Amino acid sequence: MLLIENLSVSIDGKEILHSINLEIKEGETHALFGPNGSGKTSFLMTIMGFPDYQVTEGRILFRGQDITNKSINERAKLGLGFMFQRPPTIAGVRTRQLVELCANDKSANIEELAKQLNLQNFLDRDINRGFSGGEIKRAELLQLLAQNPDFLLLDEPESGVDLENLALIGRIINNMLCSEMNFNNKRSQPSPKAGLIITHTGYILDYVSADIGHVLCHGRLGCSGTPSVILANIRKMGYEECIKCLLKTS
Amino acid sequence: MTYESDEIKKKAFSAKYKKASLGADLDLDKYSTIPSSNEPIDDLTVLGKEEQQTLRMSGVIPEAHNRAGTFVLMDASVVLNNVSQKGVEILNTGDALEKYPWLKNYWWQTVDVDTDKYTASAELEGKKEALGYFVRVLSGVKTTFPIQSCLYLSQDNISQNVHNILIVEEGASLDIITGCATSRHVQRGAHIGVSEFFVKRNGRLSFTMIHNWKPKVEVRPRSAAIVEEGGIFLSNYICMQPVRSLQMYPTTKLVGRNAIARYNSILLASPKTELDIGSRVHLKAPGCRAEVISRAISTGGKIWARGHLIGDAPEVKAHLECHGLLLKEGGFIHAIPQLDGLVPNIDLSHEASIGKIAKEAVEYLMARGLTEEEAIATIVRGFLDVKIEGLPLELQSELDKVIATSRESML
Repeated sequence: MLLIENLSVSIDGKEILHSINLEIKEGETHALFGPNGSGKTSFLMTIMGFPDYQVTEGRILFRGQDITNKSINERAKLGLGFMFQRPPTIAGVRTRQLVELCANDKSANIEELAKQLNLQNFLDRDINRGFSGGEIKRAELLQLLAQNPDFLLLDEPESGVDLENLALIGRIINNMLCSEMNFNNKRSQPSPKAGLIITHTGYILDYVSADIGHVLCHGRLGCSGTPSVILANIRKMGYEECIKCLLKTS
Repeated sequence: MTYESDEIKKKAFSAKYKKASLGADLDLDKYSTIPSSNEPIDDLTVLGKEEQQTLRMSGVIPEAHNRAGTFVLMDASVVLNNVSQKGVEILNTGDALEKYPWLKNYWWQTVDVDTDKYTASAELEGKKEALGYFVRVLSGVKTTFPIQSCLYLSQDNISQNVHNILIVEEGASLDIITGCATSRHVQRGAHIGVSEFFVKRNGRLSFTMIHNWKPKVEVRPRSAAIVEEGGIFLSNYICMQPVRSLQMYPTTKLVGRNAIARYNSILLASPKTELDIGSRVHLKAPGCRAEVISRAISTGGKIWARGHLIGDAPEVKAHLECHGLLLKEGGFIHAIPQLDGLVPNIDLSHEASIGKIAKEAVEYLMARGLTEEEAIATIVRGFLDVKIEGLPLELQSELDKVIATSRESML
């Protein structure tokens, strides 16, 4: 579904991602591990098409189509959805309005979606203004539920979230990836979805079943494998071992 | 009568060429002050479609649905005046001065006639048969629907001089929408409008003014309000159409305990438009509160966005907020907030900003599927949403319509 070929990316002329190759097939969820500053967010933002991230080499294919030069909104229309780690506040733009925009012409039941995420009282507030960590994440998911993308790019969905919220967020993400719910929260014919989740702590994986994990260090993609095994190793030995390992292979 | 008294006229004469302290100095002599008279009309739907649309853009509904009354002053003629609400009176100010001798006690009480050449012009050039509107709401009367008034320039190269008086008696409540507009036939013109507002004890006045001028029209409103104990004065101002030069600094004096004033302004300056607009509140009694909020957008025009709070009694609280978006080269926005604390135990604050549309906000919305243009429109609309509190829903939807239409022309 998503194919990354030999992707190198620069910001302001400085290369931050180096020759990354990755394939995520329909129905798969991949987890991306890595220390702070390793390039995880940059990698996701490049996939989504944020113009600050300049692809200097390689390409990104989505469902066989080269999207390397497509704009953010074109990628969104093709079915990519992005959960921001630290989304901006937009004064005067209500959460409800944004969810309506996300739903586009689909007849999303916004009240119902908001209820699932305990956000009923946030619909008429400015988006993200004064929201807590957990509220921000839930508001992100509310928009994604309305948008109903086929491929989810999730940037640290668990950061700044308490345990109770984590369970809720995890359950919703899992449902979205398993495509058991459509935007009306009704069972629909399963359509193949996929996702890539950045996780720093791995906590979200207690709720979301990931098929494959990857480690990103210093802008290079290292080992791939069973997420729980990778996570156990990271917990045991830290990212330093990953970096050493990467240095050996690169 | 006082309004004709030698003393006032003399003071006005003395200020005939007195420059205003702010804004470009206008040459009023180049305009005719004697326009031809206009015939009265039964209602606004007799006007041409284009004119009706102009009125709508100014918040005036030609069919007068959900309006308690309509007053239209065209050039220097009152062409329409009807009111259906009991306890509310609307008259040509000239007639009101004759009918009510006591009105002299309100005449030039909030603004000095010799403030500048514009106040002088209002006094010296105003026509008795069309001097402006006098609106009075009797004690305890609360209007359900707003009154609409329209000051209209239909002839080219004239100056319109009006003097309005609004009196909200004790415990009464009034909403009024004033649309100031220019006919498409008008190239040049000037509008000088003095408005004096009196909100008595526990009264409430919501005054919404929408300006819809033309690129070569010059405008100098001079307005002020006095609010007594427990009274509320809400002033909403919208100016999103091009105008050559517009300068005003409406001022409210809160003279009774716990009186409240709130100013909201939405300003848009396109190239060749100059807007010098402020709002001032003088808090003179304990417990008074005020809020002055403005949103200014320049797409190439010049904006001076001023605000002035004067804390002159203990336990007053007031906030000034002035945010600007500078969208294109060639224009500028000057945000000039001023706070004066004259006694201890007061709480005055201000915040001001001038910026551009945040790139990260645009990209955020694009990630939800909006095009760049749609994202910008959404952000601008949000920026202009000043959450006018305490305003009837009916009025809010009018504002929304005007905002929506104006934004379309902007993008």
